[in-house]
Amino acid sequence: MSIHVREVSKSFGSFKVLDRVSLDVPNGGLVALLGPSGSGKTTLLRIIAGLEFPDAGHIEEDGQDVTQRHARDREVGFVFQHYALFRHMNVFENVAFGLRVRKVPREEVRTRVDELLRLVRLEGLGGRKPGQLSGGQRQRVALARALAIRPKMLLLDEPFGALDAKVRVELRQWLRRLHDEIGMTSVFVTHDQEEAFELADEVVVMNHGRIEQQGTPDAVFDQPATPFVMDFLGTVNVFHGRVENGRAYWHGIPIDYPDYPHAQARDARVYLRPHELELSPVTGDGSPVAGHGQQAPSLLASVLRVTRTGALTRVSCRPQGWQTELHVDIPTESAQRLQSKLEPGARVAITPRRARVFLPDPEYAI
Amino acid sequence: MPAAHPDTLVPVARPTAAPATRRRRTAAVLPGFGTSAAITSLVVTALVIVPLAVLVVRAASLGPHGFVAAAWTPRARAAYGVSLGASVLAASTSAALGLLVAWVLVRVDFPGRRLLDALVDVPLALPTAVAGLVYSTLYVEKGWLGQWLVPLGVKGAYSYLGIVLVLVFVSLPFAVRVVQPVIESLDRDAEEAARILGASRMQTFLRVVLPGILPAVVTGFALSLARALGEYGSVVFISGNMPFKTEIAPVLIVSRLEEFAYAEATTIAVVLLGLSLTLLVVVNALQQRLARNAQ
Repeated sequence: MSIHVREVSKSFGSFKVLDRVSLDVPNGGLVALLGPSGSGKTTLLRIIAGLEFPDAGHIEEDGQDVTQRHARDREVGFVFQHYALFRHMNVFENVAFGLRVRKVPREEVRTRVDELLRLVRLEGLGGRKPGQLSGGQRQRVALARALAIRPKMLLLDEPFGALDAKVRVELRQWLRRLHDEIGMTSVFVTHDQEEAFELADEVVVMNHGRIEQQGTPDAVFDQPATPFVMDFLGTVNVFHGRVENGRAYWHGIPIDYPDYPHAQARDARVYLRPHELELSPVTGDGSPVAGHGQQAPSLLASVLRVTRTGALTRVSCRPQGWQTELHVDIPTESAQRLQSKLEPGARVAITPRRARVFLPDPEYAI
Repeated sequence: MPAAHPDTLVPVARPTAAPATRRRRTAAVLPGFGTSAAITSLVVTALVIVPLAVLVVRAASLGPHGFVAAAWTPRARAAYGVSLGASVLAASTSAALGLLVAWVLVRVDFPGRRLLDALVDVPLALPTAVAGLVYSTLYVEKGWLGQWLVPLGVKGAYSYLGIVLVLVFVSLPFAVRVVQPVIESLDRDAEEAARILGASRMQTFLRVVLPGILPAVVTGFALSLARALGEYGSVVFISGNMPFKTEIAPVLIVSRLEEFAYAEATTIAVVLLGLSLTLLVVVNALQQRLARNAQ
């Protein structure tokens, strides 16, 4: 089922939760609503589900206006962050609930529930109460329960938020495969960008009740439409710089910026991701150390500390004459190769491989 | 529907769960368990067991024949009947009303809610004799309510109905206060989940909400019942105390005492005690079964 959200607004009291939001979810798509808490993503999901109703705007499903239709009549499957299982019913009865209230014949209920329990890898646990299951198992029961009524779309509100890290990763890989197999239009809410990027075909970044950007994970990460998106997706170093003649300047280092061909200089903000900076050791006077080619022009800095974070190693340095720190992420392998040259106090040259430039005036933003 | 990939998320075989009756021994969190256990037994013994034992010993001194002769007179049997009947009726009413009041106090936001919440406890503080007097004034033929109700055949004063009315008044706070926190702790998401799955409001209430709060409702019933069985002060003013009709066992005990028939009064008390205890044990067993079911 395709979903079209048209200019939807919603306020709680004087607080505007959603401000003229429009969104398209194609049939069979898997879309992530990504944003910080308070960005309106959960409210948007609940409006799509029919659990809340917008103050203005429309919701269309397969071209049909369903704005005022209650969730009960929308044929949606909904999965809650805290599972929302029926505690007094066993797993089987939880999954069967939607079928029972629809007066589906007993035999059919049994077949369908057994099939679903197999699908979520919980066969044999039908007699357990939710309290006897682990978090991951509970969420899979919730998923089976939502799927039992053969919904036309699946909506998930921070479905992995209450699970521990390992289970979370397993469960989302599994959910991705499940989605590929049954091909149901799905929308899920998350504040975890890793989750959004790994799971979704398309990511919708929200902030303050508005959609900042919608696109594939690659597009959103590589061509962030707004400073917020850039900022939200991982750590960045933000600097003031200036643009003129198709170039932005960051501490004297030119960066190509063809969107601003004018001769008149303007202030701009330069966003640098730590892993898009290059780092090479230099001698005390700034000349490159033999064997470590250095691209000109670069920024001289001294190493403050080195922190290993897994596959990447974060080098915190202070460029000459700065009060603040600059973070550079390099592969842990290269960090180990450079070990002796990255001790605190060592001198390094930093070169941006890529940078994003935003002009303060939104109409110039790329 | 195709099966999911078998290589992930194979359900972990858990060791068979320990039977519910077996309790795990854990180290005491707070120190001084021995001391507090001793104080508890002492208090319970001094305050509850000793007085009850005296009662039983006194009654036993009559011998089996004397006991039956004193405790099982037609008038006494009628009084037990009125006591139990009116109490069960009142406790049922309180349990049902208490559920409604607690639900409204938790789920409905209206001006004056805090005030109403505070008013619920008033019957606990008011001398029950006052309640009995006020009720009888209200429901007599010329009272504020009685002038409308008595012509309709509803006699609230000096009647069985009057007894039930005041018993509801004195027991309602228990029924409300026991259920209220349970409603507060309900998982609202589960109610939404039920609605999304196609349940009507009624189905959601009966199948999802009620099983969760029923143990508390039954506990409220048990407390109300206990309160109603022991009530004297309000009933004596509103019931009219007609033997065989509106005389409850506690009133009969007092009237026996006034006739200096101490032995007979004691035996009636013992029977009343036995009946109440049986009833409460049954209700508690039911409550525990429901609670186990609702986890």
